[in-house]
Amino acid sequence: MADRSILSLRGITKNYPGVQALNSINLELYRGEIHALVGENGAGKSTLIKIITGAVKTDEGEILIDNHSYTSYSPHDALFELGIAAIYQEFNLVSSLSVSDNIFLGKELKRGMFLDYSTMNNEAAELLAAMGFSINPKTPVNTLSVAEQQIVEIGKALSHDVKLLIMDEPTAPLTPKEVGRLFKLIENLKKQEVTIIYISHRLDEALSISDRITVLRDGELIKTMSTRETNRKELIGLMVGRNFDQEYQKRKNGQGDVILEVEDLSTESVTDINFVLHSGEILGIAGLVGSGRTEIARALIGMDTVKDGIIKVHGHPVEIHNPTAAKRLKIGLIPEDRKKQGILGKMSVKHNISFTIADEISRCTLINEKKEKQIVKEFIDRLNIKTPNQAQLVQHLSGGNQQKVVLSKWLASDCSILIFDEPTRGVDVGAKQEIYYIMDELAKSGKGIIMISSDLPELIRMADRILVMNSGKVQGSIDYKDANQDLILDMASRELKQEGKHER
Amino acid sequence: MKDNGKKTKTHLLPDANSLRNYAIVFVFLILVAGFSVASPAFFTAENLFNVARQVAMLGISAVGMTFVMLAGGIDLAVGSMLSLVSVVCAKFMVEAGIHPGLAVVLTLFIAGGIGVLNAFFINEINIPPLITTLGTMTILRGISYVLSGGRHVWGFPEQFRVIGQGYIGPVPVPVILMILVFIFGWIFLEKTPFGRWTYGIGNNEEATRLSGINIRNMKYLLYMLSGLLSGIAGIILLSRMSSGQPKVGTGYEMEVVTAVVLGGVSIFGGEGKLLGVLFGVLIIGVLENGMILMNVSDYYQQIILGLVLLAALGFDNKLSGRLKRK
Repeated sequence: MADRSILSLRGITKNYPGVQALNSINLELYRGEIHALVGENGAGKSTLIKIITGAVKTDEGEILIDNHSYTSYSPHDALFELGIAAIYQEFNLVSSLSVSDNIFLGKELKRGMFLDYSTMNNEAAELLAAMGFSINPKTPVNTLSVAEQQIVEIGKALSHDVKLLIMDEPTAPLTPKEVGRLFKLIENLKKQEVTIIYISHRLDEALSISDRITVLRDGELIKTMSTRETNRKELIGLMVGRNFDQEYQKRKNGQGDVILEVEDLSTESVTDINFVLHSGEILGIAGLVGSGRTEIARALIGMDTVKDGIIKVHGHPVEIHNPTAAKRLKIGLIPEDRKKQGILGKMSVKHNISFTIADEISRCTLINEKKEKQIVKEFIDRLNIKTPNQAQLVQHLSGGNQQKVVLSKWLASDCSILIFDEPTRGVDVGAKQEIYYIMDELAKSGKGIIMISSDLPELIRMADRILVMNSGKVQGSIDYKDANQDLILDMASRELKQEGKHER
Repeated sequence: MKDNGKKTKTHLLPDANSLRNYAIVFVFLILVAGFSVASPAFFTAENLFNVARQVAMLGISAVGMTFVMLAGGIDLAVGSMLSLVSVVCAKFMVEAGIHPGLAVVLTLFIAGGIGVLNAFFINEINIPPLITTLGTMTILRGISYVLSGGRHVWGFPEQFRVIGQGYIGPVPVPVILMILVFIFGWIFLEKTPFGRWTYGIGNNEEATRLSGINIRNMKYLLYMLSGLLSGIAGIILLSRMSSGQPKVGTGYEMEVVTAVVLGGVSIFGGEGKLLGVLFGVLIIGVLENGMILMNVSDYYQQIILGLVLLAALGFDNKLSGRLKRK
């Protein structure tokens, strides 16, 4: 076996402040194998990839390549010397340049002092043809389809005499037909003895294409096994199975009146969404990235145009054309990307919290500053926001406290429907529990809460009911009593053509 | 955890905003002291009122520009606005024979309307503010040449001269107008929801929109305000010069931007105080006045003003860069 080894990780360990991202990982990769890497969000997959590509240095352990031991190398050396390339979900292409310009970016061929376009174009065309694709190398990349761009990205990697190719969720943007073509290409690369690390949330794909599968969970390598000897169920079992003894458990509140009804809602990215939200309830929405979770929130808040369907608030049909209308209906969103969408970083804690209600606490257009101060103090105390004073700029607070400020902003405007999109992303463990507690209290006080999260254990603990999204549709609704990660992951990652078999 | 590390660090450094404010006052005081030593004619009540009167128009336009820039925009049409306003208002009085009071009101309506038009292009057609106002800047200039036929328009009623040339006690009327504009501007910016949301847009437009603030309306109001205030400046100018001239206000927009940026308003929006802008305006006034007193030629004055702008922008970038790194 040793002679087949192309890269071997020995005791790779990586710590970030407060988190152990990887703990003593041992993994051997063979020449010409397709090795699937699976695990939940935060399992350590991306850190491991970054260490292999040289983007991150390992704290402990070594990497053996061709009998040389490395503790670290630069991304440049990884690509040019060691033949390690990676293709990420976001492509690394210069969109205004042509296909061949992109393939030869950084290693342009020259004739004298000028670029040798004809040779580069010919070589690019040959390379693509060898991969089984005919794309005109002179085409600007931004006029290509996503699938074609991916081919160019792979071509770019192959032009480097690559021995190890890492593919991060390569099928996420592709149609089933394009996936078929990609798999054929991967099989071809395998024949040319290229080793492939294949990362995917779609377990069925991982099972069908790979030779071996490694499961990561919480920074640990749980198991590496031959694909033939495992199955979907075992994989899900290995991926989840976390211990949640000490984490906050929602008290199940009685359901109140219906406050929000969504009937046959369709937008650009979701179709035929139906659900009901009661006061006092936390309705969870699960699904993979791109499944339409966030888009439901965007429709409810008036950021995405509703094409079809009815939204009723307190029984009345409403039209929500923009966030101003949503605010008037007392619908608030604690957005996914706190920095870009939530906080006003260079403004004070005070001005952030009173932002949505500045007009309500004004008299003759002048803000009642005494009242403002008092309201802000109330929220700082109630949500336990750790800030030296009200004038502190929000950008200087920690992630958890920033999140509480964003939340206060909506609580101040007395919203009755609150949408939390990834409420605990980038928030440390202690603050997480506080946010759970606050959400629970809010539900208890009669608010209706929609909670969108990638963190399944958190969703299962907090939600009364969970909608599982898949490809823009509600794949199913699970009561908290029946909710488990297996079931949710299965619904969320199942390919829709098998729909009939799994329908509950 | 990472955040904690950062936090302690920021406490050791003075806050970038306050640093900006201190720096501007410091620069102003140094200039005043320097010119006072260099020229005995500088630090006299008469000359200081003179400085104030000279910067009154600049100050009034700078308040409008401050609002627009705090919201992450810019209004380059203010210079051409002076020219259009002076021609249009003059025509109202001289050729249409409209009472000066009414002429002023009508002209200000037009000025505000042009601001609304700017916002229309920015809001509805999605043209960036820089390009939009660059376009209207050129158009307005053209219109005022067309309207005036390139000639001066003059012969106003006596009472109109009060606005630009009159005094209340020892204080010139334009200075009083500027002070009023600054006071109202300060109240709007610091004490009203409108001001908060203006900062919000410049800080994080997406977050402001998600907070349910009607950004579209805000932009209409902001550009209208800028147009309106430059309209007032234009009327003061017209009254001072006693004739409407299409060529006035060339390069004025850059002087206004210079004053605002000198005053500590970030070119990226969201940061800066109106008090700083007042000092930015005063620095330009003192610099111009002082250089004239010291017989610095017109040509050199331009070079020095340009250098001052670069220094201000460099300073702004350094501080913004430091903020981003934190």
